[in-house]
Amino acid sequence: MKLETQVHQKNLVRWAADKPEVVVFSADLTSSTEVRLFAETYPERFYSFGMTEQNMISAAGGMAREGFTPWVHTFAVFLYRRALDQIQMSVAYPNLRVRIVGFLPGITTPGGATHQAIEDIAIMRAVPNMTVLETGDATDVETVLDVAQAVDGPVYIRMLRGQIPRLFTEPLRLGRVRHLREGSDLVLLTAGITTEEAMRATEVLDARGVSITHLHVTTHKPFGDPVVLDTIAGARYGVITFENHTTVGGLGSEVAEVMAEAGLGKKLLRLGIPDTYAHGGSRPYLMRYYGLDALSLVRGVERLLGEELGIGDEDLKAVRLEPVHGDYKAEAL
Amino acid sequence: MSWEREAKRVADGIRRRVTAFTLKNGGGYLSQACSSAEILATLYTKVMNLGPSVAPPVPPPFSGVPGRDPNYTTGAGYNGPKEPHLDRFFISPVHYALVLYAALVETGRMAEEGLAMFNQDGSRVEMIGAEHSPGHELMAGSLGQALSQVIGIALARREHGETGRNFVFMSDGEFMIGQTWEAIETLAFYRLDTVVVYIDANGQSADGKIDEVMRIEPLKDRLEAFGAAAVEVNGHDVRALEAAARTPHDGKALFVIARTNPYCGVEVLADRAPKFHYIRFTRPEEREALERFYLEKWGKRDEA
Repeated sequence: MKLETQVHQKNLVRWAADKPEVVVFSADLTSSTEVRLFAETYPERFYSFGMTEQNMISAAGGMAREGFTPWVHTFAVFLYRRALDQIQMSVAYPNLRVRIVGFLPGITTPGGATHQAIEDIAIMRAVPNMTVLETGDATDVETVLDVAQAVDGPVYIRMLRGQIPRLFTEPLRLGRVRHLREGSDLVLLTAGITTEEAMRATEVLDARGVSITHLHVTTHKPFGDPVVLDTIAGARYGVITFENHTTVGGLGSEVAEVMAEAGLGKKLLRLGIPDTYAHGGSRPYLMRYYGLDALSLVRGVERLLGEELGIGDEDLKAVRLEPVHGDYKAEAL
Repeated sequence: MSWEREAKRVADGIRRRVTAFTLKNGGGYLSQACSSAEILATLYTKVMNLGPSVAPPVPPPFSGVPGRDPNYTTGAGYNGPKEPHLDRFFISPVHYALVLYAALVETGRMAEEGLAMFNQDGSRVEMIGAEHSPGHELMAGSLGQALSQVIGIALARREHGETGRNFVFMSDGEFMIGQTWEAIETLAFYRLDTVVVYIDANGQSADGKIDEVMRIEPLKDRLEAFGAAAVEVNGHDVRALEAAARTPHDGKALFVIARTNPYCGVEVLADRAPKFHYIRFTRPEEREALERFYLEKWGKRDEA
């Protein structure tokens, strides 16, 4: 598996070259959200709004009304928390083509509670007209742009920055999960950075005889890929969701909702940030502390199966990941 | 008829219609009509360069919100077509909706039957205007958001080479709001001199006198310090309101602070000081007094 850096920074400039309707809004975090190169390459399409997020979101709505597609970049917390009323009334109600690009999902930042977007999916999912997307690797980060741009309405993107693994070879598709592994014991759904951790864990679990279907979710809303229910229906022990978000209102809730509506009476274990604010620290520390690393997932699988598997950190560290096609048995499904 | 006489006729018609509705409904945003009648009348009859309405004279019923109604349109058509050289009008304090509807009727942009739909279930002629309401183009009921939305529109229009101006009607209470000041510094940063804001400075907000609710004055000094051009006028003087729009403001947004009186033209309301935000009748005598005032000033009321 290859780690890549500044994926969005480089890709956005390439992607926007032939799209004059695309403008970028920034709230004094231009370098931190990887749009510095865009600002330098297309200064006439770059709008600095300083630390006026509420004003910036409303202005994005105004510009979208006149035919532009504002791509609003800043840390997610300053959008869905600080400017939620503006997102709702200036952008979502009028169903405008604004792309809200929120950085620092969950515990991906040492910035602590003020910077960590731990409940953004729950909140944005509740906003009518909003499409909610999440990226988990370099290919997601690159190909989410086309997917978002094709939506005739507002889109919230949970974005990754800095050093990102390339896990997938195929482009992200709206409303479709990436089907990474097929198995019959349990269905595991992950999104964002938990997918890489899960891929480590599932390698080892598979070797110990635990047969897992692994789905990587990129579209939180609308959440309707039939693969989810089809695979859950055949899971022997149940379902695990594993997310870089609180266990309230995010991936775990999405899965619980569709399972309940379909009458699928399987056990569901929701792993994520356990309904708490986090604090500042390194990513490995936070992932261990809040139960978002591969070992935490293994412990969750043990709980669901009701047996100890004797897997430790050394087993997980030894795993070497290769990029996957991510569309397992697409024809058959 | 001179434009001044026409503007005064429109202003009088606004007050008459809103007073009639307040009597009919047992309450209403009447003081807003009293304070802003000349502002809206002057904007519509003289200041703004708008084309004739392109919307149905009688507004169609509510047909769904954006994203749900495939044929959705805003109420902007009542302010004329969107053309590069034409001005646009945006109302921010949309609890003034009835005042705006009355202005549209008085200026021939909406049929009287449209006004009869006011506050009726299933109608888009709503009490607090939404963007589908006649004369409205933005969702502005969460106060303080319209000016920022107009920034986006003005930036886009400049990028498209459009020359029309963007008029915004605001209330002074909105200058309590942080987002309003974010918008003003942004107008200065982008030198958006196509934006002209008329403020109904009636000194009133929901709780009563603004002075006793929050400190917003000295408004002109504050606006200028934030990089805007500002002028202060008597908001019931149509000539002064018209001349204000011609204040030089090269490279700056222009704010016209129209100092107004919340019971101008319906003086029987004066006793209600300091509470004018929403006129209710708590005693039968209050209603009778307004009925009497109406009869003396405008004659018998049509019971539509």
